[in-house]
Amino acid sequence: MAKNPEVELKLPIIPDIELSATKTAEVISKHMNLSEEKTAEISMALIEACINAFEHSKTKEVYIHFIVSNDKLTVKVIDKGIGFDKSKVQIPNIENKLQKDERKRGWGLQLITELMDTVEYESNDEGGTTVTMTKDRDNE
Amino acid sequence: MSDTIKNIEEVDGIVIISTNGYFNNLAGDAVLAACVEKLEDNKVKFLIDMADSKVVNSIGVSILIEIIEKLQNVDGSLSFCNLAPIVDKTFNIMGISKYCNIYASSDEAIKGIS
Repeated sequence: MAKNPEVELKLPIIPDIELSATKTAEVISKHMNLSEEKTAEISMALIEACINAFEHSKTKEVYIHFIVSNDKLTVKVIDKGIGFDKSKVQIPNIENKLQKDERKRGWGLQLITELMDTVEYESNDEGGTTVTMTKDRDNE
Repeated sequence: MSDTIKNIEEVDGIVIISTNGYFNNLAGDAVLAACVEKLEDNKVKFLIDMADSKVVNSIGVSILIEIIEKLQNVDGSLSFCNLAPIVDKTFNIMGISKYCNIYASSDEAIKGIS
């Protein structure tokens, strides 16, 4: 059995397909002996990264790479779409959304940042977007 | 009733909506529609039981902000019970918890709201 496996998924954009990625994340987390809490955080972050890619990339497929290493799990969510400018994404605040016309959505990046140990974005209008996020192994 | 709502009942004047499965945009819209219908009947206390919704996404949860907004306008209240730890954490990150009461169980919620 591979100690540090790499897993790659190619997801077509169909409703709720992000849940298939979370199932894979659960299997890999179990292989790594990650806690239930960390597993749930990875799954939630993965859902948000997938939804962002589905909604904004204007492509038909999203690729997910899970890379297991001795100290962490790295998850890459990759699309080959139109890219985005992270500097233009506002940090959401519920006080600004209540009783105002402002759209209630726009929480994905904030959730990913809070739930994972590190998050990096690479994006341009030619190569698409890659979100690279990591979760450290449990110290036990 | 829809696939995403398992049950709607009233206990001690509280409308209890029990959700089912992945709490995505469809589930959020279904709960919003149920709340709007009950608001038209002058019900203002709502409890959402998420025992069977262990996975959420931010689109579904953001629809709850609309419900909070509507209830603020009528001096109503929105409460939740049986949240999975990751759902609780998501509510905290998004600030939902500041505007709702969160209870461990439906019994505890009914006592607390009544």
